[in-house]
Order: sequence, then C-alpha cells, then structure tokens
Amino acid sequence: MKQYDKLIFEHSKKGRTGYSLPENKLPEYSFKAIPVALQRSLETGLPEVSEPEVVRHYTNISNRNFGLDTGFYPLGSCTMKYNPKINEEIAALPAFSSLHPLQPAETAQGALEVYYNLSQSLAEIAGLAAFTLNPFAGAHGELAGLMIMKQYHMKRGDLKRTKVIVPNTAHGTNPASAMVCGMDVVEVQSTPEGTIDVEALKPLLDETIAGIMMTNPNTLGIFETEILEIAGLVHAAGGLLYYDGANLNPLLGQCRPGDMGFDIMHINLHKTFSTPHGGGGPGSGPVGVAQRLVEYLPNPQIKKEGDRYFFVDGKDAIGSVSGFAGNFGVMMRAYTYILSLGKENLRQVGELATLSANYIKESLKEYYELPIKGICKHEFVFDGLADKSTGVTTLDIAKRLLDHGYHAPTIYFPMLFHQSIMIEPTETESLETIDEFIAVMKKIAIEAIEDPQTVKTAPHTTPVRRLDETTAARKPILRYVDLLNDTPES
Amino acid sequence: MSTIVKGLYYAESHEWVKVEGEFGFVGITDFAQHALGNVVYVDLPEVDDDVAQGDEFGAVESVKAASDLISPVSGTVVEVNEKLNDKPQLINEDAFGNWIMKVKLSDPRELKELMDSEAYEAICE
Amino acid sequence: MHNYFPQTDADISTMLQRVGIGSMDELFAEIPESVRLRKDYDLPSSLSETEIREFFAALGDKNKPLTCFAGAGAYDHYAPAVIAQILLRSEFYTSYTPYQPEIGQGTLQYIFEFQSMISGMTGMECTNASMYDGATATAEAMFMAVAQAKKKNKVLISATVHPNVRAVVDTYALFKGIEVAEIAEKNGVTDKADMEAQLAIGDVTGVIVSTPNFYGILEDYSGYSEAIHACKALLIMHADPSALAVVKSPAEWGADIACGDGQPLGMPLNFGGPYVGYLSTTKDLVRKLPGRIVGATHDVDGKRAFVLTLQAREQHIRREKANSNICSNQSLMALYVTIYMALMGPEGLKKVNELSYSGAHYLLDELVATGAFTPAFDQPFLKEFAVRTTLDVQKLQSKLVEKGMLGGIALGSYKKGMEDCLLFCVTEKRSKAQIDQLITIIKEEML
Repeated sequence: MKQYDKLIFEHSKKGRTGYSLPENKLPEYSFKAIPVALQRSLETGLPEVSEPEVVRHYTNISNRNFGLDTGFYPLGSCTMKYNPKINEEIAALPAFSSLHPLQPAETAQGALEVYYNLSQSLAEIAGLAAFTLNPFAGAHGELAGLMIMKQYHMKRGDLKRTKVIVPNTAHGTNPASAMVCGMDVVEVQSTPEGTIDVEALKPLLDETIAGIMMTNPNTLGIFETEILEIAGLVHAAGGLLYYDGANLNPLLGQCRPGDMGFDIMHINLHKTFSTPHGGGGPGSGPVGVAQRLVEYLPNPQIKKEGDRYFFVDGKDAIGSVSGFAGNFGVMMRAYTYILSLGKENLRQVGELATLSANYIKESLKEYYELPIKGICKHEFVFDGLADKSTGVTTLDIAKRLLDHGYHAPTIYFPMLFHQSIMIEPTETESLETIDEFIAVMKKIAIEAIEDPQTVKTAPHTTPVRRLDETTAARKPILRYVDLLNDTPES
Repeated sequence: MSTIVKGLYYAESHEWVKVEGEFGFVGITDFAQHALGNVVYVDLPEVDDDVAQGDEFGAVESVKAASDLISPVSGTVVEVNEKLNDKPQLINEDAFGNWIMKVKLSDPRELKELMDSEAYEAICE
Repeated sequence: MHNYFPQTDADISTMLQRVGIGSMDELFAEIPESVRLRKDYDLPSSLSETEIREFFAALGDKNKPLTCFAGAGAYDHYAPAVIAQILLRSEFYTSYTPYQPEIGQGTLQYIFEFQSMISGMTGMECTNASMYDGATATAEAMFMAVAQAKKKNKVLISATVHPNVRAVVDTYALFKGIEVAEIAEKNGVTDKADMEAQLAIGDVTGVIVSTPNFYGILEDYSGYSEAIHACKALLIMHADPSALAVVKSPAEWGADIACGDGQPLGMPLNFGGPYVGYLSTTKDLVRKLPGRIVGATHDVDGKRAFVLTLQAREQHIRREKANSNICSNQSLMALYVTIYMALMGPEGLKKVNELSYSGAHYLLDELVATGAFTPAFDQPFLKEFAVRTTLDVQKLQSKLVEKGMLGGIALGSYKKGMEDCLLFCVTEKRSKAQIDQLITIIKEEML
C-alpha cells in the first residue's frame, strides 16, 4: 500500500466545503449587529476541504497507527485488555448520548441510575463505601483523592499534616499529584525485592504525615505482603492510606483494597474496566472512599432516595474537579463491561491475567535478566538482556519488536532498574499470541548477540523509523504554520 | 572519560565555579552533560535574582530527563549566558567553556565548602 | 469461559506446568488469608449481549431526550455524520498514547492538526494536545500564571466566568494555596474599574475572563491586556472555540493564555462528558504548558514525522517538580473536534454562528413580545442570553419538559437576585418551527 503522509491542511483549496447546514430562515437577524470592535479579524487558518477528502485523509492516517485491535500490547502498568464492541454500541445509544448535563433529574433517571449503579459496583469490587465518577483520568483521581485526604485532616483541625509518603518505585503522577494538592512528598525506600521497606517507613511516620500513597501489587508487579502491617502503622500514626488503582487488575476476584486497609483509592476505568485508551484519552478515574470520608467526595455527589436518583452539592465536599459529572460516555462502557462479565467472570480476571504474566516470565528468564524472582502478579520487570555484551539496550529491543508487529512493553519504568522492560499481557490474550510473542522475544535476544546492528538501528519496517527527538525538543514546531516557516537545519 | 578542568571549584551536584575577582562563573561539568544526553533546553535564572549556595537556580533538560541546577555559591546574578537559549547544545559540545550564569559573590568564604578538581574527579569514579 | 477470555482448560494446564504450580490459587499464596476473597462479588450474574441490549433499552426509557434550548457550558451543535464513523476506526480508539511514535503516527498527526487548528481559532502561538475539559484547563492556566511569577500568588477571576469553571478553579486554588479574588460584575459584564482597583493592590499574577461570558454576552475587553501587563500579570481568556470563528479571539485581545472546552465544536451532549479541554499560549510560555505536546520532526531517513515532545516538563520525568500532574489528554475527543473543524472550515463555522445568532435573537424578540419576558442585560450576545420573567420559573420549565423541550437554565441557583431569570440558548440545530413551538407552549402556560 502506498505510504500516506499528508496533513489535512495540504488538501485545502479555497472554495471547498465539507459541511452541510440548512439555509438561514431568519436572515433579517443580521450578524452585522455585533459591534465591529467585538468581531474577529484574524484568519482562522482552518483548511477548506470536501467531505470525501476528509474521510480519505483520516482513514489513511488511521492506517499509520497500531491499535489493540491490530495486535498485542504488553504494556506494563497500562492493562491493555480487549475493548468490547457492545460497550461502543451501548455508549452511543441516543437515549443517553443526547442528554444535556443540566436537564432536570426527572428526565435523566436512566443516566443517573447508570452513574449510581456503577459507583456501587465499584464500591463492591473495591471494598469501600462509595465512589465518585467525576475525575477524568487516573492522575485526576489521584488529585481528587489527595484533596479528600487533606480535607479529612483540615476538618479535624489537624493542619500539621502536610506530607505524603510515596515509595521510590512510584509512578511519576503520584508525587506530581501531591505537589498539585499543595503537599510535600517524602520518599520511602524499597527492599531489594522491590517492596516497601517497613523498617524504613517507621521513622517517617510522625504527625506531619497526611498519609501514604502506594499501589498493591506495586509497580514491579509484586504484592506488598506487609500491607496489613503498613496499614496498621499508618493508621496508628493518624494518617490515611491511598491506593493507586493502576494495578487493580490482578486483584479482581482475589482481594479488595478496602479490606487491606486502604481508605481512598482511584480506579482507571480505561485499564481495569476495558474502556478504550483512545490514543491517550478519554479515560476515567473514579475515586472510592471509606465511610468516614464519603461527605468529602467532589461535587456533584450522586444520591438515591427510594427509586429516585439525583445529584446534590455536599457542604463538606472538597469542591469540584470537573465542569459537570465526569466522562459519562466512558462510564457507560465500564458499566456494560461489568454487567457483561458478571460476578462469575470478574472473579476470574485476576487469576487469568496473573497466570499469563508468570508464563511469559518463566519462558523468557534465560534470555532476559530477571531481577525479582518468584511468582509475580499481573506484570513483571526484566532488567534488559541477560547478555548485555553487545551494548543492545532496552530501547533497541523495543524498537525491534515493532518490526515484528507488536507494540513494545513499557520501557525504562520503574526507574529502580536501568534497563527496565515491564510486561503485562492481561487476561484477553490467547496462548498462541503469547507463545508467538515469546518466540519473537527470544529471536531478538539472539539477534542482539549475532547481529546487534540490526537491533540497534530498528525499527526497519514501520511507516517511519527512529525520530530525531532532540531537534523536536530544541526547536519545537507545534503547529502547521510553523512547519511551513521552518527552514531545514543545516 | 570526562574532562576535568583544574583551578575550578566543584560541587557534588556537578556544577563548577570559576572565580574572577568578586565574580563567579557557574556551569555544569562534562560528567553531568554526558549523563544528561542531548541538552534541549536550559532554564536560565534572571539577572538580579538572588542565589544561595545549595539552592536551585534553574534546570537543564534533555529529551528524557530534567536536572535541577544547584548553585554552588551565594550572591546576585549579574549576567546569564543568552547563547544557551538558541543553542542549548553548547553545553554538550563544551561544558566547561559554556558558563550558565555569572554571580557577584556575597560570601567568598563559602568556596571552602566546595571541592577541588582532584576531589571531584574522585567522586566521579 | 466468557467470550473475552481465550484460554481453554488445556491452555491453563499448559501455563500452570510452565510456571511450575498446580493451580491458579497458588499464584496468590502470599496474600494474607484474612483479606483473601473466597466468594463472589455481590454483583449480578453475567448478562449476554441480548440481555444487555434489553437492560439498557429499559434504562434508556427512563430518560427523556428533549429539544434543547439550553447551553450553560454544553451546547447542542450539529454533529456531522462523518465523525462517528471515523472515531470507530479501531486503530484510533483502541490505541495507546503514542510513546512509540513509529507506530503511532496516526494519533500524533491528528494531535498536531488539533494543535494547529486550535492555535488558529484562538490566534495563539501554541496549543497542547488537549486537557480533560474547559474547567480543569482554566485551573491549569491559573497554575501557569502562578508558575511564571516566582513570588506572586494571587489570581483575579471575573464574576461573569461560568460558575462551574469557577468552582473548579476555586478547588484547585484552595488546595494548592493560591489566592483567588473575584472581579465584580456590572450589568452582566466584568467591572473593569473593579479589576483595576484590585490590580493596584498588587500581588496579582493572572486575570481570568471569558468570551462569551456565562450569560452569553460578548464583553469588550479593550484596555484589559494593557492594564494587566503593566502589573506584570497574565491575561487568561476562557473562550468558546466555536464562537471564535466570528468573535474577537484571545490573541486579538492580547491574551497570554487561552483556554476552554471544545464541546461546542459539534460534540454530543453526552450527559456532561467526555468533552475536551484546550490550552493555548505564546511561544514564551510554551515550556510552562502542562500535558502532552506533539511536535514535528524527521526520522533517520529524512521523512517528516511527529513525536511527543518537550516531555521533560511532564510528571513522568519532573515528578513533584512538574507544573501539573496531568498524564492523559482527551485524545480521541481531540480527533473528534479536529475532523469537525476540517469539515466545517472557516465558512461552515461562520454559518453555524450566523444561524445560532439569528435563532437566538429571534427567540429573544418573540419572548419579549409575549409580554412576560425582558432581557436581563442590555449587552451584545451571540447564541445565548438571559431573560427576566414574570412567570413562575419552576412551573414554566416543568411545562416545557412535559412538552418535550428543555427551556432556559434557571439562574437562581447560580446568582443571587436572579431567581426570576432564565438562560436560553439557540443553536443552528433549532429550526424556526421549533422556536415558534416553544413560544406557543409558553403562551399556553401564560393562559
């Protein structure tokens, strides 16, 4: 197939139109009545293209993309599981998609029931009292969750608690969320096995600690077995426990964050609950809390009285974190998924995902360096190749995988290891897919020794090859007009 | 092997100071630029800013990393190296030849806290 | 086995053998027994697709779609048929963030087009890859203003900014420790004298205003950027990107940051989301922009390509030193509005506004003609306006709903002294016949 690389602006021709609008039946209400001082005089720079050209353009650029429907995406920490198509059908139902967010509750009882039922289902899965579905993404949920933590202490009159403990293996959003919430971060060290070092934690727990932010399993795919002790220690010191739900998948059917002692958590619907990643969004980051924190959930808060559902603004809420009540379309998808799986199948998600991850780990541990031995959960980390003698890096391996029709695993995270490759297959991959992936990973490991140059200069067969990210950062070209004006670097 | 220049003062956080009278020129070492990779941007302080030994005064960014710059001296910024705005890669090309800021030193006795070139070389091993 | 789980019993045996365990239960041996789930969740049993369709059909019957004459931050603009089809291409919607740019040129390219188009609409020099929504984008604009001034920590916000946007700004400010002060409104617009008085107090690093404002009014911001810049503060303008096709853009007003929601660009109302926020600024402030940004570059063979750039600003590198914690954007929704803007083009967007303008001004005239309504303010507006009424607001709204119409939003819960006011909106989707019908129902209510 021909390589396509045009921008939509490059199809533009004066006079072309792609829109379809009715004639103005009220032309006597002239636009010119807007004062000239308030009218726009700058060109918009929008392209002028016809409908067929638009369709062909976006169809062609979609062919330059690799989706989960195209192939395997073993991205650790992202839970790239199958995006069910019934979810798309349900989310598009006009009875829901045509609702205005401010229309009276009586006319949106179906939508409000979806919101309520989803929040209750998540509460059951999480072992917590209630959920807000308003946050738009995981990081957004973290922020809302930390606001709730801070609000809890403020309402108790305890203003000294300005710090949050975060393990040194944490995802970057954790300390960033703390910072946005006006809190300081204190790092706690990990043991050589990658779990929180409880002895290192103890001296940190004083009356300036608002709580701890962690995930379980942690970012290395290891279950924090000391969690009950950690929860006890943090609670005894007056702090709260926050659970980063990015790694919730292996726990489905096995245990619940609330039961482990977590007070607040966020869930990534676009990870654990199958909603599509969309190329980077929209996601949804519901936040769940223990009973004593329910009143702090952000506005609007969902309520049920008898058979009636409605939103209220709570007087002790942290405030609002969204213009309306979150990404409702994403909620529809997640709710459909939960209904489709039902209690019987939700129970199996964790074990199937975890078995697949361990199978891959065992199959490749001769070829890649495995720093943390033993049973992992839904994901695990290799620290680069077992044989690093030819200087082939994790980046090179990732790029070579693209040639074989795979999306690379997560690379260079967690930062505990220098050549991290984090692999998470999820429960929706067949054994054949996994075996083929294992075979290709072995092939690349061997190629790294026998023909390192091919690996170091990969990818070779993708629509574009390795990019000059340095120039992109030194001389950012962020819009089409700058591209037109850009003179080639000598 | 990174180059080390004698006659300069060094901080553990890989900044160097070249003292000229009551002024100090501050930059980062060859070791630091090598660790960062291709420098894409330097977040320069502003003229007239006050800086303190041990405090952040700016940052250096590469494609995949960002490093805070820690001032090895206290004083007032009198000049910044504007060339780094257009060509941040000068730091990669010659870390010692491209200073970042020129500071009017408020307390030259602070230089005692810094290392000489031999001591710095030792920590880089 | 559920149809989403490919593993057969034989597959599971094979895998267990390789891992060297006897049962899947052993995978979780280290989880303390006291927290181990040994029973089903208290949730319904699995539903088949047929049952799911029936379930949602029944739920859907509990909703009442209405002919929309309301706006207030969510606008019923026309959605071209093309868009839904393109968005269902799975290479777009099932893909991940393009951290491997070699296989993500599709996503990267449409984001680049989005950035280009929004920059064009706002007149600003650069735009990021989108934000969650307009309200959070405005809060992040506030963070940018605070970040660029090392010692100042106060932001002014006009009382005419949408209350929902204001609520999010206030929440973010409260927890971050930023001071937010309100600029008073006067006759439906920002009180410039009050702004100047507050600027004179000092310590202000940003000023937030809106175009159109919450009441749908087009404010005259002449002199604002000069006054604000004289105090070394930034002008942040929240703007409806659809309206920007015809009204003066943030850049023309001298704004330093433009922010808002792309929902009016033909996006479905969807009960409040997903929408798409945008954030645009000048070249000087580009490194203060949060979130993802796509830039153009070349590959080793010299081919033009696109890549996530300036990543050293972001949370995964700067961690607690980042300006924001934002990780994802609203990518697929950015694609939505990009296709919309490509189809509509400059002429189509002008026409959308012209039709909306005509319908809204016709409706206002007809409402006034009933004798029960007067304009709340004597100000120029585009597609949305506030009216005061002698009728019972609750009863009127109920009557309209009963007849399948969503009338104006009652302003009493948002603004003191406006308990007898409604905020109406007319878009190009409302025919003259529908407007006439609305008036007929109102007249019936008056009898």
